[in-house]
Amino acid sequence: MDDLKAAKKLGLKERYALMTRGLGWDTSYQPMDKVFPYDKFEGIKIHDWSKWEDPFRMTMDAYWKYQAEKERKLYAIIDAFAQNNGHLTLTDARYINTLKLFITGISPLEYMAHRGFAHVGRQLRGVGPRVACLMQSLDEIRHVQTQVHSMSNYNKYYNGFHAFTHMIERVWYLSVPRSFFDDAITAGPFEFMIAIGFSFEYVLTNLLFVPFISGAAYNGDMGAMTFGFSAQSDEARHMTLGLECIKFMLEQDPDNLPIVQRWIDKWTWRGTRVLTLVGMMMDYMLPKRVMSWKEAWEIYFEQNGGALFNDLARYGIKVPDCIGQATVDKEHISHQAWATFYQYGAAADFHTWMPKPDEMDWLSQKYPNTFDKYYRPRFEYWAEQHKQGKRFYNNTLPMLCQVCQIPMLFTEPSDPTQICYRESDYKGEKYHTCSDGCKSIFDHEPEKYVQAWLPVHQIYQGNCFPADADPSKPGFEPLPEVLKYYHLNNGRDNLDYEGSEDQKNFTAWRDLATKN
Amino acid sequence: MSTVFIAFQKTEDARGVIDAILQDNPAAIVNEQPAMVRIESPEAITIKRATVEDLIGRRYDLQEMQIHLITLSGHVDESDDEFKVSWTR
Repeated sequence: MDDLKAAKKLGLKERYALMTRGLGWDTSYQPMDKVFPYDKFEGIKIHDWSKWEDPFRMTMDAYWKYQAEKERKLYAIIDAFAQNNGHLTLTDARYINTLKLFITGISPLEYMAHRGFAHVGRQLRGVGPRVACLMQSLDEIRHVQTQVHSMSNYNKYYNGFHAFTHMIERVWYLSVPRSFFDDAITAGPFEFMIAIGFSFEYVLTNLLFVPFISGAAYNGDMGAMTFGFSAQSDEARHMTLGLECIKFMLEQDPDNLPIVQRWIDKWTWRGTRVLTLVGMMMDYMLPKRVMSWKEAWEIYFEQNGGALFNDLARYGIKVPDCIGQATVDKEHISHQAWATFYQYGAAADFHTWMPKPDEMDWLSQKYPNTFDKYYRPRFEYWAEQHKQGKRFYNNTLPMLCQVCQIPMLFTEPSDPTQICYRESDYKGEKYHTCSDGCKSIFDHEPEKYVQAWLPVHQIYQGNCFPADADPSKPGFEPLPEVLKYYHLNNGRDNLDYEGSEDQKNFTAWRDLATKN
Repeated sequence: MSTVFIAFQKTEDARGVIDAILQDNPAAIVNEQPAMVRIESPEAITIKRATVEDLIGRRYDLQEMQIHLITLSGHVDESDDEFKVSWTR
């Protein structure tokens, strides 16, 4: 009779244990070390995988249920937005350029994260992290799909959305986010967990998918709002996975501390450098701004990251040295990056512009220590030049940092009028980096970074022209050929926003949308 | 003690959760931003299933929160009855 009694519903913790730990086993035909060959070579010592604590007790059945619900909501919103010509309710078509940067620079990383977590989930022998990595791998492919679907509506009306999978492997500024992921995915599984679980998720996505996406909503983009917040709801799980991995390594063996510390130092700085692009999107590319980059940095990095480092102090983790420079940089990087894109606007897959006078006033107010003193005069000069029909485009290619691949545009922490660069010698060659942070990363693993595919070097070596180009022909123009190689339509996808096809079309269509 | 936060989409379904947090966590502060609501508290934020159920008038599984959650900071401890975010463990 016993088996006829209805069993009491299991509690969350028991369900979780059965549906994760209960599904794992140790191999017997083959030694575990042969089945999991990659989780020891980095030097991380794990004595007891069962000590892994899972923060979110999500089981696969619940995962499907809630993810399906998220998807239904998301596609309902995207459809409604597209169906009602939602793009015409945007504040201003300049906003759309943030999406071009997003689809070319960020969405391909989501896909790489999908591959990375599938790989790492296979390589870690603990059951808890394997299940969490599997879910994260699925989340990441969902993110790239929802982003592509959401932005495909813009692709019907605006330029620059057409070749993101081609561009990520070629275009000069896209090598910045791309090299971040290439660096992570070519590391071992534990370093990958810190690179992506900690730096990318905890440092980067909290700034990209929270204040920036709130800004997208503020500018009327329901599509970006829904894919952004829907993605970030997964990131909450991802961040806790990254943090758990850090704690787990530190609790397992004291020998892990120096290795983990070095990874935290490295990836905090790598993440900070990539965030330069987000800083610029928030301060310059959103027509209506929710908060400045500096304010967002203070809330989501200084306060939130500070709380994390306080917590990790008990294991002996120190706050990374690079935070000192990041604290100085928060008042500069968005201006420096925008100034660079403005100058190289002929080689970018989106439009650039100088802020309007009221926008410059907003920047002065948000950056009282730096904007008027270091940036406003240059920006007003460029705006004046443009008015006189002499829009400035820089035709000389910049030197790139060997590690983060950002052009040498950052200034010395102690002197905002001096470009900062560092030099290292390796096997008789000189290598340049943009900062102490990137130099230290290079010097620790020079064999890795000497292989960097630096777009500027590649252009000068003649590797970035279409197959039929002949650089020896008299009158050969390199820039248009490079743009062809990028699949960038010269005169349409690039140059100033003022006078662009996007600007003309948006104005004409909005006119039709508001009157008969 | 470090501050913790949790953010939700500004939707009708999330309203019950936000109100429950404010009821059960007197130190919590609400910060409304476009399309989202961010709640901060000096030590911990606890979401109680019973309070949410009282407010919305139906049964509630705390994992439903995943649909409206945007982000959080702190360590998570999750059971059938409570979802807690804090920096202490």
